[in-house]
Amino acid sequence: MSDASQRVRDAPSGNNADTVGMPLPPRREGPGPVVRTIALAARNPFAGPLAALVVLILIFTLATDTFFSAQNFSVILQQSVVIGTLALGQTLIILTSGIDLANGSILVVSTLVMAQLAQGQPPGIQILILLVGFALSAALAAVAGLLISRFLLPAFIVTLGMFTMLTAGARLYSQRTLVVPEGGVLTVLGSGGYLFGVFQVTIGVFVVIASVAVLHYMLTRTAWGRHVYAVGGNPTAARRTGINVSRVLLVVYILAGLLYALAAWQAFGRSPATSANVFANANLDTISAVVIGGTSLFGGRGTVVGSYFGTLIVLVLQSGLTQMGFDALYQQVLTGALVIAAVALDQFTRKVERLG
Amino acid sequence: MNHIPRSTRRHTQQATTRALALGVAAVAAVSLSACTAEPTTGGGADPEDITIGFIVKTNANPFWVYMQEKAKEAADAHGVTLMTAAGEADGDNEGQVAAIENMMTSGVDAIIIDPNDSTAIVPTLEAAQERGIATFAVDTQTENNEGVLGTWATDNTKGGELLGQYMRAVFDEQHSGEEPRVALLDLQEGVTVGVQRRTGFLEGFGIELDGPEIVGQQYTNGDQSKAQAAMENMLQAAPDINVAYSINEPAGTGGAEAIASAGKADGILLGSIDGSCDGVAMVENGAFTATVMQFPGRMAEMSIEAAIEYLQNGTEPEMPESGFVDTGTELITNQAVEGVESQDTEWGADNCWGDTGE
Repeated sequence: MSDASQRVRDAPSGNNADTVGMPLPPRREGPGPVVRTIALAARNPFAGPLAALVVLILIFTLATDTFFSAQNFSVILQQSVVIGTLALGQTLIILTSGIDLANGSILVVSTLVMAQLAQGQPPGIQILILLVGFALSAALAAVAGLLISRFLLPAFIVTLGMFTMLTAGARLYSQRTLVVPEGGVLTVLGSGGYLFGVFQVTIGVFVVIASVAVLHYMLTRTAWGRHVYAVGGNPTAARRTGINVSRVLLVVYILAGLLYALAAWQAFGRSPATSANVFANANLDTISAVVIGGTSLFGGRGTVVGSYFGTLIVLVLQSGLTQMGFDALYQQVLTGALVIAAVALDQFTRKVERLG
Repeated sequence: MNHIPRSTRRHTQQATTRALALGVAAVAAVSLSACTAEPTTGGGADPEDITIGFIVKTNANPFWVYMQEKAKEAADAHGVTLMTAAGEADGDNEGQVAAIENMMTSGVDAIIIDPNDSTAIVPTLEAAQERGIATFAVDTQTENNEGVLGTWATDNTKGGELLGQYMRAVFDEQHSGEEPRVALLDLQEGVTVGVQRRTGFLEGFGIELDGPEIVGQQYTNGDQSKAQAAMENMLQAAPDINVAYSINEPAGTGGAEAIASAGKADGILLGSIDGSCDGVAMVENGAFTATVMQFPGRMAEMSIEAAIEYLQNGTEPEMPESGFVDTGTELITNQAVEGVESQDTEWGADNCWGDTGE
């Protein structure tokens, strides 16, 4: 058991059981600088995304007069709250070598239901409405989680089906723009103030950063976290070490569902107006953010901190290119290129590790 | 009845290039329903024997959902049967082609479509016409008006122009002495309705697309959250924006949110186009300076009536030189200016999206 948990504990840095025992080609010389850099990055999983973020900020700071300002950074942080929170749930699921195509549609359904319930209600009732939103979101995610963990259906197909059903369901439920009353519990995450007179901070920004910190702690410092990495890295090995794989998976999906409800709450802070289309296609945005943030689509490797940096990278690109006067389509081109580069790096990292 | 074997033969030829099972099913259905697929023009058909297919762009946008509801109401009022379908997403031509094929199979007498692709849909519409089905368009014209007997639509250029003229007048009134600094929340690269509205807006406002007055321009796909981020970023790049234009009301809602959270609600005039009840409410609460109302209800009713008229009496609808009947636009604002005709939000709330009542 101690051997197994040792192996599991190492999982975040990528020494997964599935790489053990692969036939290795004979090595002729010591690792070159590229390989050494990649090996270093593999031991510090979010160093790469952080470096990319810093480089982008530097480029845009040099290229425009307007990018480097406290106000611009506070805007980017506020833009990160909804996609960033959704990306945290997406990270948990991808860590188990799953994928979630339904996160945006779960968010849409819970914002619509909460907004509908809030029509004409006093602020006091809003806490109850919020609880309904969290319960609904967790329940929808639990359905997907059950199908994936107990019935062993592929996550891609289950969440694709959920995405299709919930998208249609949301449109059947409401075609109107629903506005929740401002100034109550539902919009509280959008309120805040100014730091040093210029840096606008909302409660939502603190909430997303706190969520990153809590999840990072849970993933790296608790037995549950080690189980998540183990299940994603090699479910068979995890099962043999006595981990209840299907329970870990189910908990991951429910936790992701709660994060989507948190994102729905964040969305009311960003804008109290919602409709069946707002954030409906966040699934692909969050997958991009998670992959750019260094989480492996093959499971077992990655960090929530990286995913948040991945979210910021996409937003910094968008903000910087807008301010340089580029069309939004170029931002999409660059985001796509970054996604492919991140996956390539992940594959290359695995290869380097296999070589020792 | 001698056309039955011919149409069946043609359908079988098509089917060989498609999935065999689907083709067989379609042939069987055509054979069974071929009698109702026969052109009824000039036959003085009984309304109960008439089936009309109504195909919108998507059911993701309340505008098209509303239009479809109104079509249903109009069909019920005239006692004809209505079949409905929609593309999956804005631009989904394939979905609309499949919808037309399914409707042909089930033997509709007329098809009314809001084409996702003005060019790509034409061959399918022409194939439907060859089968004796009367075809019409709403909201968007087909390329050169091919493949349809008539079109009922918003003049998007005129709608944009109306907004542009108003925005210029209210700007000159409220910001006299200032230079206009304009931000555009556009639709998508090269989509007709987006280009027409923007062209009209700029013309009405009296500026060029590459003019120095345009300090920001972003594509939003008409999406609220994308428009919000785009407006935030444009405000960072050019904090002195004083006029904003949005392609539709969801984009306008996102833009208004960004403007409000930047604390610039008083300094920026924001104009939108659509005319939903939600949009009128945004004008009412001051988030929009104005919106331009369209009348999808009229499009639905007028096209259904024309289809019935054609099927019963063989009368083709008369189209103006533009190739489409302009179903009208109204500017909705509570800050009326001289020289631009407008209605207030009370009128707007009573008439949003046009219960014609006429």
